[in-house]
Amino acid sequence: MVLKNQETNLSLRKRDTIIGLLLLAPSLLILTGIILQPILGTLYLSFFETSLGANSPNIFRGLGNYLDLLQDKVVWETLQRTLYFTLVSVGIELVLGLALAQLISGHGPGWKILRAVLIIPWAVPTIVNATMWRWIYNADYGALNGLLTQLGIIEKYIPWLIYPKTAMNLVILADIWHSVPFIALILQAAMATLPLELDEAAAVDGATPWQTFWRIRLPLLRPAILVVLVIRTVEAFRVFDIIYVITAGGPAYGTVTISYLTYLETFSFGHMGRGSALSFLITLITMLLAFIYIRILYRPEDKPS
Amino acid sequence: MKPLTRLMSLLFVVSLLFGIVGCSSQAEEGPAQVRVLSMEQAGPTVEEMNAIVAEFNEGHPDVELIIEYVSYDALHDKITTAMVADPPAYDVMLVDDIWFAEFAEAGYIWDVTDKITPEMNADIFEAAWGIPTYEGKVYGMPWLLDEKYFFYNEDLLSQAGFSAPPTTWEEMTQQAVVIKEMGIVEYPIVWSWGQIEASICDWVTLLYGNGGTLVDADGKPTFNDEIGVETLTWMMQSIQDGITNPASISYGEEDVRSVFSQGNAVFATNWTYMYDLVNFNEDESQVTGSINMALMPAFADSGVVSATNNGSMGFAVAAQSLNKEIAWEFVKYLTSEDVQNRYSAHLLPVWSTSFEGEGLTTLMGYNETNETTVPMFNAQFPYSHVRPKVPFYSEASKALQLAMQEALTGQKTAQEALDDAAAKWLSLMD
Repeated sequence: MVLKNQETNLSLRKRDTIIGLLLLAPSLLILTGIILQPILGTLYLSFFETSLGANSPNIFRGLGNYLDLLQDKVVWETLQRTLYFTLVSVGIELVLGLALAQLISGHGPGWKILRAVLIIPWAVPTIVNATMWRWIYNADYGALNGLLTQLGIIEKYIPWLIYPKTAMNLVILADIWHSVPFIALILQAAMATLPLELDEAAAVDGATPWQTFWRIRLPLLRPAILVVLVIRTVEAFRVFDIIYVITAGGPAYGTVTISYLTYLETFSFGHMGRGSALSFLITLITMLLAFIYIRILYRPEDKPS
Repeated sequence: MKPLTRLMSLLFVVSLLFGIVGCSSQAEEGPAQVRVLSMEQAGPTVEEMNAIVAEFNEGHPDVELIIEYVSYDALHDKITTAMVADPPAYDVMLVDDIWFAEFAEAGYIWDVTDKITPEMNADIFEAAWGIPTYEGKVYGMPWLLDEKYFFYNEDLLSQAGFSAPPTTWEEMTQQAVVIKEMGIVEYPIVWSWGQIEASICDWVTLLYGNGGTLVDADGKPTFNDEIGVETLTWMMQSIQDGITNPASISYGEEDVRSVFSQGNAVFATNWTYMYDLVNFNEDESQVTGSINMALMPAFADSGVVSATNNGSMGFAVAAQSLNKEIAWEFVKYLTSEDVQNRYSAHLLPVWSTSFEGEGLTTLMGYNETNETTVPMFNAQFPYSHVRPKVPFYSEASKALQLAMQEALTGQKTAQEALDDAAAKWLSLMD
């Protein structure tokens, strides 16, 4: 009797597994088609020297494309610029996002309006955002020059985008404006789940608000911070559209990031193999960054027991 | 599952399947679709192009022509990505003079050499045929026969006490100094020297106007010789002296048009299309009625009368298109003498017959701009220089753009920057 019962259980579980697999099959197929196949295709191409077009032969180069890239000065300079963009933009975004989240969650319902308003910069498509900033930065009729002259900070209009370092920082500013709301919203949501008792207990013990924030809230927010950091770092590292619109990589390659270089190599210059190798390099670096974050921020004791 | 829900989900799956199959076979039903890729910049306006497409669709009920536009600087890459698909995403595309070599080598564009009739050959400018021709074969129809023109603001120039536009770059600088000192504008001239192809067009204009060349007879770069360095140094000096608007380093043609349309520059270089928009279009310009065109200046001691950059484009049919014949019909219609004459406000016809005898009278009757642009074209075109037709042009040009940017932003000397670009160019030739 007991044995029979177990048998039915087993076959039931088996049947469940089969049904589960069957139900998953379509999505697995689609994922293979739209994600795995292109990734493997790119990996394959990265071992060849090949250009766009039906008439071009594929020449096998092994790791040649990768070795070329690692010896190319432009690639290293571009990587440096990309890292600068990533560190500065994500760093500032995190601090501002955290401050904003604290501001919204720590105050009464009136402040909730701010939360709604906050979504606007994030909801604006990146390309629209970039076009807007391009106009703001325009040397001859941009709002930035207008504002600074009216405030008496500058005397005559400054052509902002002709200086490579300034151009990079201004692109970062445009990215910050766009992305801070995203971080603020996620962190605010995480803050809403924190137990109030801890704050109260801290207040009873005479902790200052700063101590409460630094010693209690921040450690509890660590998982949420990890999530936004991973998402934003990967996004920032692959930044493309905002640069394409505001500076087109100029002046003098001053805002060419690794994704922009990949785009130039692949579609403007037609080096499909080299471009594919660059894409893979980007993938490896972003995975490495994610791994580092997880090692630093994710500690086993955070796990709910 | 209840029978009804089961039936519904079956229907859903079946419709999905048909949806997928349907995507690939949609061309077989209804009128044949022909997709055209064009640009919205420095040429006819979108309204004008849409009107031409509507005319064609009306005359061809069996065809549905769909046209899309991108900016010039996105056009090349849009084409290369569209051609990866089979059949390609576009049947007809606008191709710049400098891309015909690359696209012909890649097998993207259809060889139409035997479709060109002797009449077409005779009645279209020989220089225009140079646009879609690569290694003796014709890959499309010439369409936008354009070159960089010298524009000036007559009102502002006469305020500075000058009755005629400059004929040399030295004279332009002298006039500019007076204009600047009198405070008429802050920066008398604005250029498109951003990190885009437009900067090469201005570079060719200045370099050839100084007696220089981009490449020699073997296609090897010569732009880093003494003349090239002198020309680039002149550009740097012009920014330092406050003659050239420093923002030019980040500008394209449309930025030049904006600055010029606001009366913030007295001189500018741009394509034909700017004349109508700045001089006649009150929605677009604050200086209507005061703009004129003059022969492009050259450098005084160079022995050159004038020099400019030929920036022409043509329409080609995708080699893998399923509707090549209909697509070619459209290209012929779009570039026909009648259509080109009627829509001549922002580009002039490629037909030499439009510029003589009765043809000229017809052409002049269509647009008020033609009174200025047609004589200007006749005067300037003999001094127009084409950029090299090589398959690696895009990459070589980007190296040269970078060199100019490095020199103009003070990161390298003119000689260093141009030498680096020349070395890159040479390496691409192997």
